[in-house]
Amino acid sequence: MVGPKVLIKEVNYFYGDFQALRNITLEVPPRSVTVFFGPAGGGKTTLLRLINRLNDMVEGTSMTGRVLLDGKNIYDPGTNVTHLRRRVGMVFALPLPLPGTVRENITYGLKLAGYRARGRMEEILERSLTQAALWDEIKDRLDSPANALSGGQQQRLCIARSLALEPEVLLLDEPTSGLDPISTRKVEESLHELKQFYTIIIVPHSIQQAARVADHAAFLLMGDLIEYRPGTEIFTTPEDRRTEDYITGRFG
Amino acid sequence: MDRNRTQQIGFAVLTVSTIAVVGPILVVIGIVLVEGARAISWEFIFSMPYNGMKAGGIFPAIVGTLILTVGTALAAIPVGVAGTIYLAEYARDTWMTRAIRLAIVNLAGIPSIVYGLFGLGMFVLFLHMGTSIVAGVLTLAIMTLPVIISTSEEALRAVPIEFRTVSASLGGTRWQGIRYIVLPQALPGIITGTILGLLRAAGETAPILFTVAAFYLPRLPQSPFDQVMALPYHLYVISTQVPEMPVSVQYGTALVLLILVLSMNVAATVLRSYFRRRRQW
Repeated sequence: MVGPKVLIKEVNYFYGDFQALRNITLEVPPRSVTVFFGPAGGGKTTLLRLINRLNDMVEGTSMTGRVLLDGKNIYDPGTNVTHLRRRVGMVFALPLPLPGTVRENITYGLKLAGYRARGRMEEILERSLTQAALWDEIKDRLDSPANALSGGQQQRLCIARSLALEPEVLLLDEPTSGLDPISTRKVEESLHELKQFYTIIIVPHSIQQAARVADHAAFLLMGDLIEYRPGTEIFTTPEDRRTEDYITGRFG
Repeated sequence: MDRNRTQQIGFAVLTVSTIAVVGPILVVIGIVLVEGARAISWEFIFSMPYNGMKAGGIFPAIVGTLILTVGTALAAIPVGVAGTIYLAEYARDTWMTRAIRLAIVNLAGIPSIVYGLFGLGMFVLFLHMGTSIVAGVLTLAIMTLPVIISTSEEALRAVPIEFRTVSASLGGTRWQGIRYIVLPQALPGIITGTILGLLRAAGETAPILFTVAAFYLPRLPQSPFDQVMALPYHLYVISTQVPEMPVSVQYGTALVLLILVLSMNVAATVLRSYFRRRRQW
C-alpha cells in the first residue's frame, strides 16, 4: 500500500464568518482519479483550490488544519508557493487561454520558471498537446492566436498548458462545463490516459461524469464531507441517505 | 402620446444638444485655422521674436513647450505607472488606500492655478530651485499624476482577474503575472491616459506662470535651471499684456499651440486603436 499523494487533515475553512468547509479529512491516492461532487455551494471548489493554495489570493479567508503533499504540509510557513503550484497544476471551469499564441500558452509556465532550452520546448509542446488529445488537431496552428481555437480546443489547450509543467497533481474544476458532448468525451478519455502518470482530482460537472471517471469519490454537502469511497461503490450502493438522495436526483 | 412621436422629439433634442456642443468648437478651430494660417511661415516657427515680440517668430516658445512636455513625461510616467501598479495590484483594500484613491480623484479636479501656487511655494521658494525648467516640470508633473494614475488604474482593473489567477496557477509570482500578462494588456489604456494627462500639461498656463515661464526671452535655455518661454503663456502675454500687438501673431501662436495639442490627441487615438487590434480577449 503506497501512502496518499494528498492528505487533507481536519480542515476548516472560512470566508469571513461563513464556514465553507467543516472538519474535512480525506486521502487522495496517487495515480488515480478522485472526484469531489455534490450540490453547488458545498465547498468542492474551495477544497480543490486549497490543494494548490490558490485561495491565498482571496482576501478575508482563514483556515485551520493541514494539507499534506507527499507527507509535507503545504501550509507550513516555509513553503515556496510558486514551486507548489508547479507541482499541483490547475484547470478552470471556463477555458482561459492567455493572450498570445498556442505555443506561448504552453510555454508560459516554463518561461516563468526561467526555462530557456529551445529544443526541449518543442518536445514539451508536442508531448503536452498529445497528452491533452489536441496535437493532431492543431499541430499546424501552433503560432496562431489561442483564442481562435474552438471552446473545446481551448479547454484542452489549458489542460496541456498545465501538463507542460509535468505537475504531480492535476486539479480540474468542472473542466467540461462549457463544452459540447464530443469535446467532453475527448477530455474524459484523456483523463483516463493521464491517470497513469498523474494524480487527478476533479470537480465534475454532472453526476454522470462523476460516475464515469471516478476511482474514488467524495460527496460534499454544505461544507461537510458526507461520504468518501471508491467510485464503483458510492454510485451504486451509497451508504448515506443524503448521498443516495443526491445521486438519484431527489435534490441538487 | 404616440411612442414614435416621442422618439422623434427625443432624437431632435439629442441632435440639437450635439450641435450645441460641437458647433462652437468647430467655429473656434475654424477661425483660428483661417486667421492663423496667414501668420504661419518658416520664419514664424523657426526664428526668435524681436521688436517687443511684435515681429519675428515664436521659436523659443515652441521649444519651451516641447521641453516642458517631455520633461513632465519623464518625471510623471515612471512614478505614476509604478504607483498605479501598487495601488491596483498590490495594495489591500483598507480605509487608507480608499482615502488615497479618493484624494487622487479629487486632485485631478483641482484648478491648475492651485498647482501653480503650490509649485511656487514648494519648488521655486522652499527648495530654492528658482523660476526654472525643473520647478515648472515638477509642478506640471504633480498636476498630471492624478490623471495618469486614475486612468491607468482603470486600465489595469479592466484586465480580467482570471489572467492573474491562471498565471499564478502556472507557478508565476504576482509580479510575473503583472509583467507578462496584465501590463501588456493594459498598455493601450495607460498610454492613452498618459497622453491625455500630458496634453493638459502642454496647454496649461497657470502652473507655469510662477514656476518657469518667461515673459520675453529671445534665446534658448542653456540649463535646467533657466527659464523658458512657453506657448500658452506667450499667447496670454501677447493677447493681453503687449499694446499694439498684430492680430496675426496672436492667431498664429494659437494655431501652433492647437496643432501641437491636437496632434498629440491624434497620436493617442492611433496608438489606442493599434493596440486594441492586437488585444486578444
